Amino acid sequence: MVYLIEVAEERFTTATFEELAMPLFDQLYNFAHWLAQDRTEAEDLVQETYAKALKGFSSFQPGTNFRAWMYRILRNTFLTSRTGLKASATVPLDSDDSPELPARPETPETILIENSQHQLLQTVIEALPLHFREVLLLCEVEEMSYQEIAETLSIPMGTVMSRLSRARKALRESLQQKLVRA
Amino acid sequence: MVDPWTAKLETYLDGELSANEMRDLDAHLRSCPSCTADVLSRLQTKRAVHSAGGRYRPSPEFREHVRKSIATKPRRSPIRMWLGATTAVALLLIAGLVTFSLRQQQLQRRQTFSELADLHVATLASANPVDVISTDRHTVKPWFQGKIPFTFNLPELRNSEFTLVGGRVTYFGQAPGAELIYQIRKHQISVFIFQDRAAGHELGSSSWSQRELSFNIESWNQDGLRYFVIGDASGDDIRTLADMLKKAL
Repeated sequence: MVYLIEVAEERFTTATFEELAMPLFDQLYNFAHWLAQDRTEAEDLVQETYAKALKGFSSFQPGTNFRAWMYRILRNTFLTSRTGLKASATVPLDSDDSPELPARPETPETILIENSQHQLLQTVIEALPLHFREVLLLCEVEEMSYQEIAETLSIPMGTVMSRLSRARKALRESLQQKLVRA
Repeated sequence: MVDPWTAKLETYLDGELSANEMRDLDAHLRSCPSCTADVLSRLQTKRAVHSAGGRYRPSPEFREHVRKSIATKPRRSPIRMWLGATTAVALLLIAGLVTFSLRQQQLQRRQTFSELADLHVATLASANPVDVISTDRHTVKPWFQGKIPFTFNLPELRNSEFTLVGGRVTYFGQAPGAELIYQIRKHQISVFIFQDRAAGHELGSSSWSQRELSFNIESWNQDGLRYFVIGDASGDDIRTLADMLKKAL
């Protein structure tokens, strides 16, 4: 009887993990591809993330943020990969009181965006340092709250805000440079 | 020095300001063209990054591959696998033993049936089929006293088609028992009664009926005795006589 109950619990756990994790598949893959910048590496990263998450699902606290938990596993897996170690070699110097630069109404990127030159924008995002790229994508693409981003990246919320601000500034400056060259 | 309103514009667009701050900034934007233009610019960038950021899509094959890897592999510990294998082996053994036991019981029944049919035919073929000739059960039953190590009851036959012909001592499995001859119409039926431990222990405690070589047989055990009713009469007649014997007091 105990055996039957354990089997039933195990099946329930597996079903619940699948139900929770599979809806995140597309966005996790997108994030993985942005981090790894290679299809094969992104697939390996996602596969390893799901395997690790399934294995550690019993340690997941129900009621806490499952999405942030999955992203954290994916990011940690990436950071320990060869590409991740290389990309994170430049350690960000976060400052919570970095000056906020105003955005000018008639900026080149506005014109660029209006012209729907997404490809150029994607190139600029790709070229951003890892710590800027990930915080920008989590906020703008995954639409995570500051709290979720803080949980995912394991950093304080103040650091999330300052890093995000600097990432946006870097994006804007990079776009301006590209448009000047063009 | 950055304008305090400008410093809050990003947080405002990310929806992370408190309700009061939101309200204050909304009010400011209605009266500040510069900040309004700034907000619009930032909003456009935000939307463009959102759109450009959703760049990569996994292939359906890869998605299915991962889904299967998490859905179709319920983890089983070695103990559970061992338990499962042991259970399967135990079930197979039990099934084998049950089959073997049933086959043995079937063989035993066939052998018993064959021996009793021989006894029945031998009795009918004998010049003196019965040692006590009487239609009266109160004569036949006492005749067995001292000849067999048990006693039994015989049914009242009034208002039935059966008549008692008589009885004799017989042997089955080297144990003594009673053989009673009944008649219905022109059919003669033998009723064998033995001690259950001598004749019936291999047959189990179940009642059974069988038809072979045109003979019908009914068997049961009652009060430590094993009864067999065998003859070439119809199955219904054999069952009727068997029921009467079961109810005999």
